[in-house]
Amino acid sequence: MTDSMPATPEEVRRRAAATDRQRRRQARPVSRQWRRRGLMALYIVFVLLPIYWLLNMSFQSNTEILGGLTLWPENFTVEHYTKIFTEASWYMGYVNSLGYVLMNMLISIVVALPAAYAFSRYQFIGDKHLFFWLLTNLMAPPAVFLLPYFQLYYTVGLFDTHFAVALAHCLFNIPLAVWILEGFMSGVPKEIDETAFIDGYSFPRFFIKIFIPMISSGIGVTLFFLFMFSWVELLLASTLTATEAQPIASVMTQTKGASGIDWGALAAAGVLTILPGIVVVYFVRHHIAKGFALGRT
Amino acid sequence: MSLILENIDLEVGRETHVEGVDLELAPGSFNVLLGRTLSGKTTLMRLMAGLDVPTRGRILMDGRDVTGVSVRRRNISMVYQQFINYPGLSVYENIASPLRLANVQSHEIDRRVRETAEMLHIEHLLDRYPLELSGGQQQRTAMGRALVKDADVILFDEPLVNLDYKLREEFREELRALFSERHCIAVYATTEPAEALALGGNTAVLHEGRLLQYGRTEDVYHRPRDIRSAEMFSEPPMNVIDGIVSGSEVTFDHHLHFPLDDAFRNLPPGDYRFGVRASHISLTPQAESDIRLEMTVDLAEISGSETFLHAHNDWFEVTVHLAGVHEFSVDEAVSLYFPTHRMYAFDRQGGVVHIPTHLGGV
Repeated sequence: MTDSMPATPEEVRRRAAATDRQRRRQARPVSRQWRRRGLMALYIVFVLLPIYWLLNMSFQSNTEILGGLTLWPENFTVEHYTKIFTEASWYMGYVNSLGYVLMNMLISIVVALPAAYAFSRYQFIGDKHLFFWLLTNLMAPPAVFLLPYFQLYYTVGLFDTHFAVALAHCLFNIPLAVWILEGFMSGVPKEIDETAFIDGYSFPRFFIKIFIPMISSGIGVTLFFLFMFSWVELLLASTLTATEAQPIASVMTQTKGASGIDWGALAAAGVLTILPGIVVVYFVRHHIAKGFALGRT
Repeated sequence: MSLILENIDLEVGRETHVEGVDLELAPGSFNVLLGRTLSGKTTLMRLMAGLDVPTRGRILMDGRDVTGVSVRRRNISMVYQQFINYPGLSVYENIASPLRLANVQSHEIDRRVRETAEMLHIEHLLDRYPLELSGGQQQRTAMGRALVKDADVILFDEPLVNLDYKLREEFREELRALFSERHCIAVYATTEPAEALALGGNTAVLHEGRLLQYGRTEDVYHRPRDIRSAEMFSEPPMNVIDGIVSGSEVTFDHHLHFPLDDAFRNLPPGDYRFGVRASHISLTPQAESDIRLEMTVDLAEISGSETFLHAHNDWFEVTVHLAGVHEFSVDEAVSLYFPTHRMYAFDRQGGVVHIPTHLGGV
């Protein structure tokens, strides 16, 4: 760096930034840098350890699992995965879970899109109260609704169907979807809507051709949240089903065979349950923070 | 195609946004809505467009009552202050969208889109997407969409506000040229008197939801109907000095006596408010009849090649718009010359009673 006087404001700023960087680097001794990295590594190990253990177990034979401490599978085997993919009682659990989750995502998004549009664009009597009431639906524990749902579905013959679980999950998923989508929709200027109507778009055409593409990332994030909440919900899903629509989590609790608990199969099932979540997160990873802020930036 | 607003009121909740507006826009006219923020310019445009429905009154297009007719059936177009385009469509498709919806044949669409794009100098950007463009180019795209469809009424809601100074001048010139050969009604909202004067055509002066005056832009500028209209349509606002005319003299603010000038000879004795434009006051006498006042400088703002001088005496304050750069120090004494033959006189209620004779008198 030269000692001559800086000529332009940019130069001044650039030099200030450079000295600042240098000072900060000097102020932080090497030992402290390593301490920071060490703490970070420790945290990551702590978080990932159970997941690694699950993965580890899923590739071990049951005797090895029960045998003693092994840090990695010594007799690597995929027998548990084969079992899950070949036995109907296992893989139907996934099919059932995916079935009602997808159904629920579809119902929730179709209902929530127009609802969120109304909340973001129109003023009507009690709109704010209604919007808040939607949020309170998320606060009520699903257990509260367990009995009425069970009784109702049993009476009307919906019990033990995918549709029953999908509908029940709408209880918390629709409010959630409305909340997230409303935030994203409010980020689109109202003038776009008006311009479209001036241009001659009918409402449905505008909504599908112009508006939905504009909030597509919001819809992606919403779908992720819908998937997540419906996928992990166990209480309603297992109570409202018996055999026909039994979710995987419920199947997993019933793996006690004659030879005791099938630890390996259970671990493999666990790994397979995590996988869809990872896949979905991958697709919305850039927008997820905005989703957590309910679309508001 | 004419557009008539008949006694339009718009109330939202308990607030009145527009009150008793009567306005008749002639076919093929270029009209400027001039007024400060919240004067009702945008509201009036939204009513013309059909985006809002008036609480009372009627809107006629070509003699047909369109008061309750939805925006889709009105054949209008609108350009907003913000740059509004469809982000998911290319510039070409943005401009083409009104035509596509009107089921125009595709070769016809292609011809008109390219023609419009050429007019607006964005023909090389047709394949790009709006968000990749600069602000000026985005606004050109929005204008292209408004111009391409041969609308009966085109509304511009302060379209140049978010652009830089140089671009605005450029746009303004083009805009006049674009409309000289069209037969639609153009309505252009602005807060700046200078912009209204540059655009010409007709001007409607709005203030707090009311229409103060409508007419040819120069007429409205030179012959304001009342003191409010005169204030709205000059930047800096017209200086107003209270005065009394008696048999032989004019008295400003009870203290400054001047012999009655030829200019005010026809005013009957009484109380008046005299208006003089900031640019008409000068540092040197321009005519025999100029009134000389000794004043004290408050502040001199120099902006480029002009100077805004704020000065006061014991009774009133004035703002003077001087060409060229003049240095003044605070509290400096200055002699200002007020041209009586260019002064306006208003009565106590604000109605105009005297207009300088060279502008045609009252």
